[in-house]
Amino acid sequence: MTTVDAVQRGSTWSGVQRWARRDEVRRAACLVALMVTIAVITGPDGSQNSPYSGLRGSLLSRHAIPFYVLAVILAATSLAGGRWTTAATAPVRALRQRTTGIVIPKPVKLVALALLAVLVLYYPTTLAPFWQTVLVDQMGIYVLLAVGLNVVVGFAGLLDLGYIAFFAIGAYTTAYFTDKLPVHPPFTLNPFFVFPIAVGAALLAGVILGGPTLRLRGDYLAIVTLGFGEIVRITAVNSDAITNGPQGAFGIPHFSAFGYHWTLDSLPYYYLLLVVVALVVFFFRRLDDSRVGRAWAAIREDEVAAAATGIPTLKFKLMAFAIGASTSGFAGVIYASKVGFINPDNFPLLLSILVLTMVIFGGMGSIYGVILGAAVLGWLPNYLRDYVPAQDRFIYFGALLIVMMIFRPQGLLPSRRRSRELRLSELGIGGADGTGPIPGSTQ
Amino acid sequence: MSAAVLEVSDLTLRFGGLTSLDKVSLRHERGEVLAVIGPNGAGKTSLFNCLTGVYTPQEGTVTFHPDGGTDTAVLGRKPFQVNKLGIARTFQNIRLFNALTAVENVKIGIESHQKTGPIGAMLRLPRTRREERASDDEAFRLLEFVGLKARANQVAASLPYGDQRRLEIARALGTKPQLLCLDEPAAGTNPAEKRQLETLIRDISETGVSVLLIEHDMKLVMSVAANVVVLNFGQVIAAGTPQQIQRDPKVVEAYLGGGESDDAATTPPAKKVPPRKTSLKKPED
Ligand SMILES: Nc1ncnc2c1ncn2[C@@H]1O[C@H](COP(=O)(O)OP(=O)(O)O)[C@@H](O)[C@H]1O
Ligand SMILES: [Mg+2]
Repeated sequence: MTTVDAVQRGSTWSGVQRWARRDEVRRAACLVALMVTIAVITGPDGSQNSPYSGLRGSLLSRHAIPFYVLAVILAATSLAGGRWTTAATAPVRALRQRTTGIVIPKPVKLVALALLAVLVLYYPTTLAPFWQTVLVDQMGIYVLLAVGLNVVVGFAGLLDLGYIAFFAIGAYTTAYFTDKLPVHPPFTLNPFFVFPIAVGAALLAGVILGGPTLRLRGDYLAIVTLGFGEIVRITAVNSDAITNGPQGAFGIPHFSAFGYHWTLDSLPYYYLLLVVVALVVFFFRRLDDSRVGRAWAAIREDEVAAAATGIPTLKFKLMAFAIGASTSGFAGVIYASKVGFINPDNFPLLLSILVLTMVIFGGMGSIYGVILGAAVLGWLPNYLRDYVPAQDRFIYFGALLIVMMIFRPQGLLPSRRRSRELRLSELGIGGADGTGPIPGSTQ
Repeated sequence: MSAAVLEVSDLTLRFGGLTSLDKVSLRHERGEVLAVIGPNGAGKTSLFNCLTGVYTPQEGTVTFHPDGGTDTAVLGRKPFQVNKLGIARTFQNIRLFNALTAVENVKIGIESHQKTGPIGAMLRLPRTRREERASDDEAFRLLEFVGLKARANQVAASLPYGDQRRLEIARALGTKPQLLCLDEPAAGTNPAEKRQLETLIRDISETGVSVLLIEHDMKLVMSVAANVVVLNFGQVIAAGTPQQIQRDPKVVEAYLGGGESDDAATTPPAKKVPPRKTSLKKPED
């Protein structure tokens, strides 16, 4: 064993090498490099005459100090964190903890709930219209999307990169039934009553796409769904006679139902979304804690064993896919009615990836986690708008994701099962990436 | 007159040039424990994979005779369909749902026969609640049956090896099989765990479930199996009662002539016993 030899020789150099190979040291180095990179990117530009002035200006000026401080803090945290958990048995020990979580006393729970209720019900009314719009367009819709994608990615472990296509299908269905497309519907409806049709259409699209493709594993499924997302977008761009091509649909009316009319005001949309999300959370939590949820967990953990245990894996995967697609279609209707105009550019691949990021950031498989993840990531770029130049905004966004994945890969509020899976995969037991065990290894 | 629960005839499985199973035939009487033994690489796991829909053999037939049902061809069915027929299995390399608790693992097996769909689960319809209760009760009954009741809420991966093996058996039993296929259930377990396993296999057999057992541990095979089939290089070289098998020169030859036949982990003391013949006759303690 080389490490043993090294210890015996007691050479300092190999000692340093060994030290540098440790996970927490590497992590700390990554963090320092990241912070320096951000300092450079967000610093002044160089010029033709003195190409290094940008570097000097970035790294040797006051501008860089906060980044250095942050780098030191993060690196120290990483090194200290390593000290506490490097014992090979630590993850297993953590696994042996009781599986029933900490019991929160009832009064504490009630107070927390009351505070939360005030926060979500009252606080938005105090916000400026800009933030109310952000709350709906950039956060609420994405929360709904993320909760839906969580069923596919978090519960069933299927990597879906074409998720936004179902959002587009929901939105275009709304445009069609409000007669805003070149093709005319048999009857027109207010967008509110398009919900069932749009959900049906998205569900059908999910089943049609899922049927043949869910037999694929992991990365292959990701590529096929990615392709599907692009096909839907490109079809919308090119089918001028049906979708009105790149111009898209204009003037989709606001919701209007039961004597109430939604308007340009964002708040009523916010409350609608609140109700929808609450209902969806209520139902999806039950789903997770049911025969169906356990079957998904089984498939995610080990598809071969799941099938051997009598689970029709394809059927359950299709179910997850269709439920995710319906939720996405539902969100599409709200979006179309809220914004009033849609075109293919609203549904790029990047958006599928953004929603996936929200799910991972919040904690795959944890409903409250992905809600928080979507809310935070929807809010952050708008918050940064006031403090950093527009061209720098996404470097901070990216940095946050990287730091997060280093310190808390399980997400903000991870699900218990998922964090166990992650810890197990660090030990080399099973896969937590949704691709399951190595294909063909059936012993 | 005893009836067969499973009949395999002329099963041939090839991987390119390698013939993993060569015209394998066997007959498993209902309710008995049938052991399949043979050196490593003999094709035992391949046989299980064929029986459970994981591999598709090139030739041969497998017929399952369910109790009170009609004879059914097993080949050509997907693994979950084979399970629905009433054939459950465990894996040589334990394949539990590692991040789930013991009771969740068993419930997944039980629930594969239930009907609740997503709508029922979301609305928590009366049937859903009934099924949920039934699944809980049955899961705890099975955990008690295999001796893991105290571990119900522990994460599967954190259990000792022997407990994981028994948990996998409980999960398989949850699917209400008539035929239970165990792939080296004693591999990697300690002597105390082996004895528990021996009792467990007897208990399972007493409930009327037929057990098809792959096992290296001859002591275990001798004590629980009514009949033994010996595989070597994909062929059945002998079949009969444990006593007949022990005396069969071909079997002795296969185990002696095969050189390194078992991996050390499965039968550690065997290496110390010079003639394998004695290790077959008088199994190590
Ligand atoms: N998927 C596979 N691909 C190629 N060869 C295989 C495969 N599965 C099993 N084999 C081969 O079939 C033979 C029998 O293997 P196996 O059934 O695992 O033996 P046993 O379980 O008796 O130890 C071995 O030579 C093995 O390499
Ligand atoms: Mg084997």
